[in-house]
Amino acid sequence: MATSSRIASVSTSLLKNNQYGISSVVGRASSWWSHVEMGPPDAILGVTEAYKRDTNPKKINLGVGAYRDDNGKPYVLPSVLKAEERLSAKKLDKEYAPIAGSAEFCNLSINLALGEDNEQSKNGLNATLQGISGTGSLRIGAAFLAKFFPGNKEVYLPTPSWGNHTPIFKHSGLNVQQYRYYDPKTCGFDFQGALQDIAKIPEKSIILFHACAHNPTGVDPKPEQWAEISKVVQQKKLFPFFDMAYQGFASGDVARDAFAVRHFVKNGHEIVLTQSYAKNMGLYGERAGAFSLITSSKEAAQTTLSQLKIIVRPMYSNPPIHGARIVTEILSDPSLKSQWLQDVKGMADRIISVRTQLRDNLKKEGSQRDWSHITDQIGMFCFTGMNQQQV
Amino acid sequence: IMKLFIYFSTNASLILTALAYRTDEGKPWVLPVVRKTEKQLADDEALNHEYLPVLGLQACSSAATRMLLGAESRALLEGLAFGVQTLSGTGALRVGAEFLHRQLKYTTFYYSSPTWENHHLVFTNAGFAEPRQYRYWNSETRSLDLDGFLEDLRAAPKDSVIILHACAHNPTGCDPTSEQWTQIADVIEEKQLFPFFDSAYQGFASGDLEKDAWAVRYFADRGFEFVCAQSFAKNFGLYNERVGNLTVVVNNAVHLQPMKSQLTLIVRGMYSNPPNHGGRIVATVLNNPQLFEEWKESVRTMAKRILDMRKGLKERLEKLGTPGTWDHIVTQIGMFSYTGLSPQQVKHLTEKYHIYLLKSGRINMCGLTTKNIDYVAKAIHETV
Repeated sequence: MATSSRIASVSTSLLKNNQYGISSVVGRASSWWSHVEMGPPDAILGVTEAYKRDTNPKKINLGVGAYRDDNGKPYVLPSVLKAEERLSAKKLDKEYAPIAGSAEFCNLSINLALGEDNEQSKNGLNATLQGISGTGSLRIGAAFLAKFFPGNKEVYLPTPSWGNHTPIFKHSGLNVQQYRYYDPKTCGFDFQGALQDIAKIPEKSIILFHACAHNPTGVDPKPEQWAEISKVVQQKKLFPFFDMAYQGFASGDVARDAFAVRHFVKNGHEIVLTQSYAKNMGLYGERAGAFSLITSSKEAAQTTLSQLKIIVRPMYSNPPIHGARIVTEILSDPSLKSQWLQDVKGMADRIISVRTQLRDNLKKEGSQRDWSHITDQIGMFCFTGMNQQQV
Repeated sequence: IMKLFIYFSTNASLILTALAYRTDEGKPWVLPVVRKTEKQLADDEALNHEYLPVLGLQACSSAATRMLLGAESRALLEGLAFGVQTLSGTGALRVGAEFLHRQLKYTTFYYSSPTWENHHLVFTNAGFAEPRQYRYWNSETRSLDLDGFLEDLRAAPKDSVIILHACAHNPTGCDPTSEQWTQIADVIEEKQLFPFFDSAYQGFASGDLEKDAWAVRYFADRGFEFVCAQSFAKNFGLYNERVGNLTVVVNNAVHLQPMKSQLTLIVRGMYSNPPNHGGRIVATVLNNPQLFEEWKESVRTMAKRILDMRKGLKERLEKLGTPGTWDHIVTQIGMFSYTGLSPQQVKHLTEKYHIYLLKSGRINMCGLTTKNIDYVAKAIHETV
């Protein structure tokens, strides 16, 4: 605590006449910060840091969380470049965005997620805001639920889940629990284990699902499995929280990747949905994402939106515009959107082909192990099944 | 003036509640150096949209901290200060507040009466349980209530976080003099309070970066440990790009790594990393001598226009013989002015003259132009 640090011996105090002609104790040797401990290093970012330090010319980074092209380089999508050119010609101003971001961006986002003709946005049942990419949107959701969720304020995460989910929820004041998900024996989905655990979750708890391309395992439920899960969630009156960070990026098909979300919504669940444009539009650092609450009435959508804005204002006031404008430019123009769908399919195809090649090459190298999980899994990540020493 | 009178009273409304700079044509202004830099960045094929580090673009945060403290600052030269790129000023306030609450367990904070309306919620949402006010604005004398200010600070419990406006106090425009800052610093030091500066208008207030950073630099030179939230919304006109910086000044370098690691955890759990586009614009301009000069010129332009409007309004009111004294309009600084108009007078101005300003009598000087200043002066005169 700051108290004890300031009682600590003042060993190096100096009296100094500064330009103001007064004596002052320069840098009170005691500090407010003495008890601040080193925080745990980030496991994921640490891998990239180690990679950067390595001087071996043959080094390869398989830890990074961003798309790389066949030359191992970052990839700026052609549709994004085109959108940026158009935006630059428009010479738009830099005035504050609304707290929820632009309405157009929000509408385009929810329609991308739920489909162009979805009933929810048509009837104004969604409360949608621009969020600071996926993380920021998750945080808005967590803060909102911590304040307003009328049920059991615990979030059930799949085992394993993205490492940052836990801190986001905990910082917002929500407890975090687990349900079985990944089966290390099959390197696949533990469907029975998941159903059993979900059935045991206390009623009116919050349950988080990765909409597609589960991070970190790459293991997704099949459509019929999603249908079963939806039924159990309904029976147990659980509140679904969908994190969709890879729409389009997983299978190459935006509708296919949104199947689970659309299925739940069509079956009457009210949900929270977070979207990220970091991977599927390669807009990582521009922080473009969206948060939506799908409610059952226009009135609820409006009241919740007003409360969501009250959460955003003391966090960062209003969202950064650049990435959102690129998204808007792309999704609102049929030819740019079509270009983008090709770009994202291109990325997904490359990943799928690399999976196939890796699996085939392992066989060629003479490996006797079953490596089919490499191609069964989907998205950017693959849980290889290797242990720590092998890594 | 009659034509203007008729135009304004029947057609348009005059917005003096705007939150952003406006040109003499009443339009938003994207700084030429910003457009130029954006074009340069767009043409640079080596750039992409990859993630920035959690604590932001190093080139942006170090330049921002240097701009605030001055390149000659002892704290900088001794490696005792660092910056975290944040989501504009609000984001810097929030990250700073979360850090102070989580790491130092502070729960009491003081804000000026009045202050920017978002300060309160930023700190309470960050976990502070005890919000308190310190007296600041004396509405009778239309000046700083220093005695009240110091008295409230003296009564503050140890470890209270005190939110201080670095310059161009929002909403009053009334800043302490350097002599008054000295007294404020004395009490803060004596009572072991924690200074948290909010610097949203560096350069934008007087036109001079050094002058507007005087208070912060004074505290740094006196050996205080403190944090300062900086915004590039107004002085760079980058409102919607959300570029800001949290400057942290310590007195022992051994604390830097642990602090950075804890700040990293806070940011990671809130938004992971800050936006690239705005950060690159600021980094490029602040680190390039020529662009930096061009930018300073733009800042002087904005500040001068506001100072001209202040002078012009005061002169017109005095010429019209409007009752009361109007010196405060020119002694106040920055975008806002607490005119001293009452809620009824404000209502009258709005209903009769379609002039929109806050109930508190606060006007945004940027809403005034050479074309409407006569109209506004006459309207105020008639109202009073």
